Amino acid sequence: MPVLREPGARYAPPRVSTLGLQALLLIAVSIGVMVVDHRQHELTVIRATLSAAAWPLQMLVHSPGAAWDWLAASFATRSHLLSENEALRAAAREDDLRLLRLEAIQQENLRLRALLNAAPRDAEKAQVASVLRVDLDPLRHRVLVDRGSRDGVTRGQPVIDGTGIFGQISNVGPMAAEVILLSDPTHAVPVQIERNGLRTIAVGTGDARRLSLPYLPRNADVKVDDLLVSSGLGGVFPAGFPVGRVVEVKRDPGQPLATVTAEPAAMLDRDREVLLLWVRPPVTLPAAEPPPPAARQSDTPRSKAASR
Amino acid sequence: MIPASRRSSWMLYAASLVALLLSAVPLPHVLDVLRPDFLLLIVVWFAVMLPRAGGLLYAWTAGLALDAFRGVVLGENALAFVVVAYLAHRFYLRVRSFPLAHQSLVVLSLLFTYQFVLFWVDGVTGHPLTDWARWLPVATGALLWPVLTGLLGRLTSRA
Repeated sequence: MPVLREPGARYAPPRVSTLGLQALLLIAVSIGVMVVDHRQHELTVIRATLSAAAWPLQMLVHSPGAAWDWLAASFATRSHLLSENEALRAAAREDDLRLLRLEAIQQENLRLRALLNAAPRDAEKAQVASVLRVDLDPLRHRVLVDRGSRDGVTRGQPVIDGTGIFGQISNVGPMAAEVILLSDPTHAVPVQIERNGLRTIAVGTGDARRLSLPYLPRNADVKVDDLLVSSGLGGVFPAGFPVGRVVEVKRDPGQPLATVTAEPAAMLDRDREVLLLWVRPPVTLPAAEPPPPAARQSDTPRSKAASR
Repeated sequence: MIPASRRSSWMLYAASLVALLLSAVPLPHVLDVLRPDFLLLIVVWFAVMLPRAGGLLYAWTAGLALDAFRGVVLGENALAFVVVAYLAHRFYLRVRSFPLAHQSLVVLSLLFTYQFVLFWVDGVTGHPLTDWARWLPVATGALLWPVLTGLLGRLTSRA
């Protein structure tokens, strides 16, 4: 041991050296963890454990808002409830009517599909999930829902709300799952214009009220107010669900591509309840190799005919 | 008896937990964008003011907890936290002697380092986020530093 001159000096040198070593070690471990998690997706067990550990804290964050909702609901005035009831009843009546028609159309669609020898539409199962009041990241559009692997939720599962596609599951924990919204800047969904079947991709912009369609040529047949529906090509979202409505088309003569923006159909920034969909993967398609291109092309007129 | 150090450790855990919760409390979007990185500020404050309460391993664990909370690539925040905590531990004596405004500037650069590491990792893992708003928490965090110092200093010194 060297001669000690000050009390502070006794402790500084070893501390600094181990500090650097510790830092290097931990940085290496972090990078290792990131590589394994990002490349191999092999940390599912650890991820699930951590997510389960985070769950009580997330519930703690969620609970004041939920309690407030509950309070507001319990103190709602009678007249308010009555009028809401009235409105819901009217909506239910309309939905019943539409459902009756839909039933008939579905039968007809099934028969026609049988005639054409086409694969039946994917079977679907849905489950309601609540969006938790937990902010994950202000610039990434992700939300937590209160269903997890316990309820059979899997990664890549589509999520919709009452009016259109909401997003897809990006991470699953035992109790909760993370949904990446349509509007997330790193999310894209294959769509087609319902009016003419033109296919393209809708990309999130980071603004919950805006989607962008960056891959349409300048002369593409797209108009303001065109409805965009999912084309089902990505294999994640089932075909035919509303995605959004075109709100702006800019054609700059100097640019090869048009600038098209759309407004999402789903209330991405307002929803408190969403539907998780279980879609049977279209395993029947690869078996019959020749049909796909033809089937895809004839997909549009047929679905249009069916919706009339 | 011993309590001084144990007490500061307890303070550290309690403050970290509160910071973790604050980082996820729902806020309107305008405030959400401005939300400072509470947990990192706690880590930096303890590294500078009570360096023996928690070391780098603590910083790493805190970062990992934030990763799990946010559902990002595991290790992203852990890495950034370790880098920042290393710098804070390395220079704690110097930073501590600075006047408060000067300290805020140091914190500004530490928070900037943090965001830069995140930015880099986001880019490498294919989730780049080039919105300028991602740098806002750096400024709000530095502005929060004097408040945090006053609050935590009072809480920890009351013996």
